[in-house]
Parts: sequence; C-alpha cells; structure tokens
Amino acid sequence: MTLAAADESGAPADSAQNKDAVVFASRRDYHATVAELKATGFEMCVDLCAVDYLSHPVRRLPDGVAPERFEVVVNLLSLSEKRRVRVRVQVPESDPSVPTLFDLYPGTEAMEREAYDMLGIYFQGHPDLTRILMPEDWEGHPLRKDYGVGRVPVQFKDAPGPR
Amino acid sequence: MSDDDRFITRVPARPWSAAETSEGRQELIPASSGAASLERSVGSVLRLPEGAVDSGQIDIERDDETMIINMGPQHPSTHGVLRLMLELEGETVLRTKPVVGYLHTGMEKTGEELTYVQGATNVTRMDYLSPLHNELVFSLATEALLGVELPARAVWIRMLMCELNRVSSHLMWMATNGMDLGSTSMMIYGFRERELVLEFFQKTTGLRMNHNYIRPGGVAADLPDGWEDDIEIICDTVVARTYEYDELLTGQPIFRERTEAVGNITAETAVALSATGPILRSTGVPWDLRRAMPYLAYDEVEFDVIVGTYGDNFDRYSIRLNEIRESIRIIRQIAERMPLGDYRVQDAKVTPPPRRRIDESMEALIHHFKMFTEGFRVPEGEVYVAVESPRGELGCYLVSDGTSKPYRMHIRGPSFVNLQTLPAMLRGGLIADAVAVISSVDPVMGEVDR
Repeated sequence: MTLAAADESGAPADSAQNKDAVVFASRRDYHATVAELKATGFEMCVDLCAVDYLSHPVRRLPDGVAPERFEVVVNLLSLSEKRRVRVRVQVPESDPSVPTLFDLYPGTEAMEREAYDMLGIYFQGHPDLTRILMPEDWEGHPLRKDYGVGRVPVQFKDAPGPR
Repeated sequence: MSDDDRFITRVPARPWSAAETSEGRQELIPASSGAASLERSVGSVLRLPEGAVDSGQIDIERDDETMIINMGPQHPSTHGVLRLMLELEGETVLRTKPVVGYLHTGMEKTGEELTYVQGATNVTRMDYLSPLHNELVFSLATEALLGVELPARAVWIRMLMCELNRVSSHLMWMATNGMDLGSTSMMIYGFRERELVLEFFQKTTGLRMNHNYIRPGGVAADLPDGWEDDIEIICDTVVARTYEYDELLTGQPIFRERTEAVGNITAETAVALSATGPILRSTGVPWDLRRAMPYLAYDEVEFDVIVGTYGDNFDRYSIRLNEIRESIRIIRQIAERMPLGDYRVQDAKVTPPPRRRIDESMEALIHHFKMFTEGFRVPEGEVYVAVESPRGELGCYLVSDGTSKPYRMHIRGPSFVNLQTLPAMLRGGLIADAVAVISSVDPVMGEVDR
C-alpha cells in the first residue's frame, strides 16, 4: 500500500479541491486495502470507475507501481471525518479483473456493472455482473480507447466519417 | 443453502419458463430466505447470470405465490424511461430491480472527443433539471487541473445561479411529486414558479435549459442589468408560494397518509448503498457537501442543512420544500454581497479575448480562433471534484493527458447511485405506493444513463 499525495500523481497541489489522498493498491491487496480503509472510518464508497490508459501509457505514478492498461479508481468518503481517499488499482489487459467490493459496500453494485459494461473490467464475486447501460447483447466495451467512435449508417447520407 | 453455493455454475433444468427475448432472459431469480439473500435483494440484485442457480434448491411453492410485473420504461410516473421489475405477493412488493440504460447516449465517450471549451455543452445535458450544477462540477474539475484562481464575482455568480437552479429543480420535483400523488394543482403551481426562475436563466444565459453558462475560467456573461430586482421578485414570490404549498400539501391529511411511513430507509442502508442528497439527509445524516466540504464560497453564507428523522417519503418532501427556503436565504445573501469585478478569469490561456478586441487586433482574432478550434491545454493529471446537486453528490473524475481534450471524463451521477435505494424503500410496501416512492428518489434519467 503506497500512500501518495495528490501532487505525486501529477495534479497540481495548490488547488484546494485537490487535496484528496491517493492510495495505490496492487490487485492482490486491493480488497484488503479497501477493507482496511473502511475499518478506519470511510463509511461510504462514493464512486467507482475505470480508465483505459491504452493511448496514454506513460503517466506519473509513484515508484513501485507498474503502469498497466486499465486502472480502477475507487472514491471513498468518510462522513465522520469529512475527507476522501482515492484508491487506484492497476489492472492488466491480459486479465482485466479485480475482486468486487460488493461485500464491503453494497452501493458499488451499479457502479461495478457500469465499469464492466463500459470498459470490460470483470469484478470477481459480483452477484450480477451484467450490462447496465448498453443492451445485453451488445458487443464490445464502448469506453475502451480501441473502441472506435463509429457511426450508424443512415439512409440518405453519403456523409464523410467523424471529425 | 450456503451463500457461495449460489455462484456455482451449473446448468439447471428450470421448472419455470423464462421468456427468451432479444435482451436475454427476462426474469427474476428465485428468492430464498436467509439474511444473505435479503441483503442481496435490497441491494437490488435480483438476476443472476444464466445457469448460476441450482434448481434443486428452489422452493417452487413460494415462487408460485409471487407475481412479477414490469413497470415502465414507458410509464407516466417513472420520470422518463425507468423500468422496474417488481416481485409482488398480493399487493405487497417483495423485490425490485431497476433496469436503466434506455437513455444511454454515451456522453462520457463524447466528452473525450470534445475540448474543455466544448465540454460544458456536453455535461449540461446530463441532468437536465439542474444543468448548471453539471457545468459547475466539470468547470471546477478543469480549473483544479489548470490551477487557476477565479475572481470573486465569478464565484458568487456561480453560487447565485446554482442556488436558483436548486430552487427550480426542487420546484419541478414538487410539481411531479404532486402529480404522482394525484395533486394536479401542485403540478401546475410547481411549473408556474419554476417558470420565474427559468425566465431569469433565459435573461442571463440566453437559454432556459442546457445553458453552457458556467465554463472553465468563470461564467459566460455578466449578470443582466437590474438583476437585483428580478432576484427580489423571485425570492419574494417563491417564498410566499412555499407557504401556500404548506396549506395545499403539508398539512393535508390525505397527503400525509400517503407519504408518512412510506418508503422508509434507515441511515445504515442509505450509507451502505452510497445514497446522498435528500435521501441520505431524510434518514437524519446531516451530510451536505456545501456545509461538510465547502466549495465556491459556501463557507461564507449562512444556511441550515435540513435533515429528517424517519427516512420516509414525507421527510424527503419536507427536506426539499425547506431546501427551497434555505436556497432563497442563500440567494438573498448573495444578492446583498455580490462583489464587483471580473466575471471570468483574466488569464489569456483559458479566456478568449473580448469581442470588441477581435475587430481591432489580429492577435486577438488568432487567439479567439485557436481558443474555439483547438482549445486550451490542460496539464497532465487526474482529479475528483464533487458538488452538492439537488439530487446529491455530483462528482466529476477528470483525467488529462496534457492535451486540450479530457482523456477520461467520468461523471458520478447522484440519481444513478440513488436508484439503488429503491429496492430497499419499496420492500414490504404496497404497489400503490411504488409510484410515490419512485418520485421521492427524484431520478433524472438523463443523468442515470448519461
């Protein structure tokens, strides 16, 4: 578990909005790290999302954190201490899966489904890992960087491609 | 049946016939008793992946007594295109599964294709009842990455507009909630008062909705001449009308019977399900980001955080009604203390040159052109910013790779997360109250599906 201030992750440190602590967890101790944070007073998991760093592989990470293609970002909130912490986990392309947080925070149910739907991250142990926003028979994960912003052919337009 | 058994993959011979549709099997998994199962069903998880249920363990007798009905996505009271699968035992709701995605237009993906200058036009269309909050959270996130400091007037104009937007959003909620409960007068009144606020928005921003008014670096235009008088009229009228709502609804026995002790939720459940906004506050948790983690200049104005006690529909109604009054209180303070000065940051990097300079200076013309074609570059980094929208915590997670377009823009929509509380609120209640409970969550489908 590597604790880093926000400025090490590349963001400017002078802004007041940017003071959230960032924790880099490995995939192996991701669940344990979040459980530990929950025990120290982070009662709510406010947000969970994933990022595909395919076309931006070089980014500022603290020493000892090897960049991978995907990253799962969990935002925890402590209502009692009024602070936030962000847990960032590197997830390799070859095996895009992390343990679910559903057992710790049932509120992550929809968020994990969204991350699965949009980026194809598998949350092991999630009770209902199905698509939530896209139709169930949709192929591909739209927010992946190699998923082209295509266009649906329309009847009367022999129009050029997107911008 | 132990908890883990449910996830063992076997191919069951299903005794019931589940309809195969183009969207896969449309069914609820069989319920079982036990604490783990209960927790899972109030966590809105009703359907397991195909083949994950052992048919030998299913109590078919019990299954026969329940009925599954489908509500929506085309239903006048589902606030857009929300679909619910309700499991009923007689008239009592057992389990609920919200099915969303009917309005999904891939706005997060679109956001990656637009520059930071254009980005606000995209996010403002998410939560169409509080567009200014969407713009605000996107602009705050961009500014946090840029590290720019806003002039005081820009901050206070933003606060003024956001509070007016909170009033209009809550008025809209009062209207639709009234309609859901059969009070069509309330619907007319709510829309009537909202129109006052929208007229002011139109005067200031040029549009009634989807303003693109709050932009990275400040706001698009200064307040119109005589804005203090307009604000005065809005404040006086809306406050007076809230007391009329009290007469119409708050004290009315029929309304109270339909809302009190309906759709209860406890603080523990609300926190566990990540609910924010009026739902969390109705359970007695005084959590309001304006107070708890002040942004803009909310630490300089006086207001009360309204909390409920029982976590029922009536508490959520009173919270929203009183939040209108609190917002008006904030608006009056802002109108009194509005500082003079610039309404956008005087940093040529993020602010286009004023219109009159374009006519006389070639550099200004080039600068203007570059600003609106290429946009400005934002330093590499990632940031999460949250504001209190009328529905709860509206967050924006922004990743920049140093170019003029966001590398990843994730919006944490409060309605999307708050919808997860529906199964917990509806459980054990009557199907007739379901409409009122959906309404009290105040979901805006544009934000849920994004």
